[in-house]
Amino acid sequence: MARLRLRYYAVQNVPLLLSLGLFVAMVILYIILFALKQSRLPGAFELLTTVNNTLSVGLSAIGQTFVVLTGGIDLSVGGIVDVTNSVAARYMGDSPGSIALVSLATLAVGAFAGLTNGLLVVYGRLQPIIVTLATLAIWEGIALLVLPQQGGSIPPALTAILAGTLPFLTWLPNSVIIAVLLVAGWQLLRSTPFLTGVYAIGNDERAARANGISVARAKLGAYTLAGTCAGAAGLYFAAANTSGDATSGTPFTLTSIAAVVLGGVSLFGGRGSAIGSLAGAFILTLLLNVLFFAGVNTQLQEFFQGLFLILAVVASTLVRRSLQRAR
Amino acid sequence: MKAIEGVALSKSFGGVVALRRASFAADGGEVHALVGENGAGKSTLIKLLSGLYPPDSGEIRVNDATVHFARPQDALVSGIGTVFQELTLLPFMTVAENLMLGREPRSGPFIDRRKLITAAHELFDDAGISGIEPLELVGNLPLAQQQIVEIVKAVSRKPRIIFMDEPTSALAEHSVDWLFGVIKRLRAEGACIVFTSHRWNEIKGIADRITVFRNGEWVATSQAAELSEGDAVERMTGQRLDVLFPKPAPVTDQTQRLTVEGVTAKKLPAISFGARAGEVLGIGGLAGQGQRELFLTLFGVNPHTAGTVRVDGAAAHLRTPQEAIRAGIALIPEDRKTEGLLLPLSVRQNLALAVLKRVSRNGFVRRAAEDALVGSMVTSLAIKTPNPGQRVGALSGGNQQKVLIGRWLLTDARVLLLYDITRGVDVGTKRDIYLLIRRLSEEGRTILLYSTDTEEIAHLCHRVLIMREGRIVSELQHDLTPEAIVAAAIRVPVAS
Repeated sequence: MARLRLRYYAVQNVPLLLSLGLFVAMVILYIILFALKQSRLPGAFELLTTVNNTLSVGLSAIGQTFVVLTGGIDLSVGGIVDVTNSVAARYMGDSPGSIALVSLATLAVGAFAGLTNGLLVVYGRLQPIIVTLATLAIWEGIALLVLPQQGGSIPPALTAILAGTLPFLTWLPNSVIIAVLLVAGWQLLRSTPFLTGVYAIGNDERAARANGISVARAKLGAYTLAGTCAGAAGLYFAAANTSGDATSGTPFTLTSIAAVVLGGVSLFGGRGSAIGSLAGAFILTLLLNVLFFAGVNTQLQEFFQGLFLILAVVASTLVRRSLQRAR
Repeated sequence: MKAIEGVALSKSFGGVVALRRASFAADGGEVHALVGENGAGKSTLIKLLSGLYPPDSGEIRVNDATVHFARPQDALVSGIGTVFQELTLLPFMTVAENLMLGREPRSGPFIDRRKLITAAHELFDDAGISGIEPLELVGNLPLAQQQIVEIVKAVSRKPRIIFMDEPTSALAEHSVDWLFGVIKRLRAEGACIVFTSHRWNEIKGIADRITVFRNGEWVATSQAAELSEGDAVERMTGQRLDVLFPKPAPVTDQTQRLTVEGVTAKKLPAISFGARAGEVLGIGGLAGQGQRELFLTLFGVNPHTAGTVRVDGAAAHLRTPQEAIRAGIALIPEDRKTEGLLLPLSVRQNLALAVLKRVSRNGFVRRAAEDALVGSMVTSLAIKTPNPGQRVGALSGGNQQKVLIGRWLLTDARVLLLYDITRGVDVGTKRDIYLLIRRLSEEGRTILLYSTDTEEIAHLCHRVLIMREGRIVSELQHDLTPEAIVAAAIRVPVAS
């Protein structure tokens, strides 16, 4: 029984497994290039910086996954990261109470932004791409009002918690623990009726409705969770950089979508996993490192990122097709 | 007490009336068949009674109490289960998830996957179904098994009223027997079963009462035992005036224009037939028997894996629509918006689209030549447009269809595939289109005509081929009447 389940799971989650395979391949490539250049293996410091650099994109990509699963897209992710990043950097004091309060507030701002998107999509009957394109600009504008100049301050305590290590386990970055918790949280959520409903409407909204699924509830939940994740990304980004910037979150819109695609989530909705999206975020970070060690001109980074994205998607499609034919 | 009742229900979709003050009632403990031609309103009635969308006017009663279904969930809660014709399965989710959607076994707030699989196995066992793996994705199942999953899903909710819209169309014969066993068991338990089918022997075999719909209206309800096939067909087709239809032009040319030999494609297991120049050949049969696939294959949209198509003796390569057009074959589809016309463009641009080469020189369109061609077409087709620069999207449906026909009139297309081209077109324009069809055939073009309106096939064609499951099962040439065509379409296949 368990083996049968495993076999079906493997066949049905080829895109996820492919993205995890790509992730592993990138890790190996990174280690080889690092060893060649530095004449030693990457250690605890490299692990810490790599995971810290990835987690913000990873969080926003997990959020993006919820919306993409419904068959929509969330372009406002970058704007929400901007505004929550600014709120965190501007208002957070050093007292534990303030840290907790402002941290929760950033998540609440994210949730509110996501809920707004959801309400406009569900009750305004507007296209997700238009709604979130508009709210992207709105939140970008508000972020600049909150933090006109980059800076602000993040208490070292928060940075230590989110981007440091435990005092007694210094080789293990806290960000790794957070990533593991995110994966576990996703797996838990995966077996809730709510997320089943999200997958169902992404499969076929009309059919899901005919089965008694509440389309409104599933979509509102998905957009709200997406906003919350973007808020968490903004908070983490501020903590990792120990300061805020009202424009630094904007690229997250595109990188989160790239991560989702690399993670094997179908942009048509209904298929994929946030674990893949997280892997996709790591692949993007590792790619930058690999390009660096390969001595690629930094001005050509984006060129190669684009090339890589197309190659990865084409390769994944080819592998999937040949597997299907083989069945 | 009536289990389910619809009173004076009306429903329109974008100006097209699907249901007109139709009433319907069924009791507990009965199997009630809904029959009627395509577009008679059966599916719309079932969707209204299942809460898929609300009626424009009229009332729905369950157990004599008025109900308002805002969403399908409300109907489910009222004990109504439905097997929809276009299945409501989620292709990228497992069979088990589909069966238990919305009522998954939980442990705490979470779905218990192990119990979910067990529950799916139990549902199949209860229904007497084996050989469908609950862990498989629904999208990987063949259509017949998907239909079974849809049926098991609906029945397993123990509804008191169950609608089944064409549940047998995708089923193999032994599965039809299984379904009838299920239906009989439900009836014995006092449930009310309403189903639609186009197969008369199935209806006779299981229904207690039969209600006939025509043109979105209720016609009659009778005891199944008292209704003969002939009476049913007469009620389904009605007595409509045929003065509307021009007589088909006599076929004088005996040249074989179109030859289809053993063409094998999706839903078409080796089909062969021929048609002469100037002949209007009707393609009849029940809906979804491969007519659409035949047309799409002949137009190069669907690829064929075997067989040949010849136009005037020359073998035609049909790998793309472009090749089909080059071979002299043109398709006019029923869905003008997505399959033919460019709505934001003008009447002129749409008409000249297929003959741009002819009115161009050195890669530039010569406006004078284009205008002359387009102007003559607008006049001769009586396209009601203020000027040729008018956006096609602003014209009425019938005039849009004329523009599309005009486009192919300008070409030297020798074989025209007309697929249900009068759907949603008003009566006056229909008459114009009928005259056009006659004119096209007089010019020696061969026309293949499919229509959901059997009347059209009966009156416009020289000859009719009846299709079933992708094969031609009979050919009618003399005394073409709607009754004869419908009877041939629903007749049990002899010795097959």
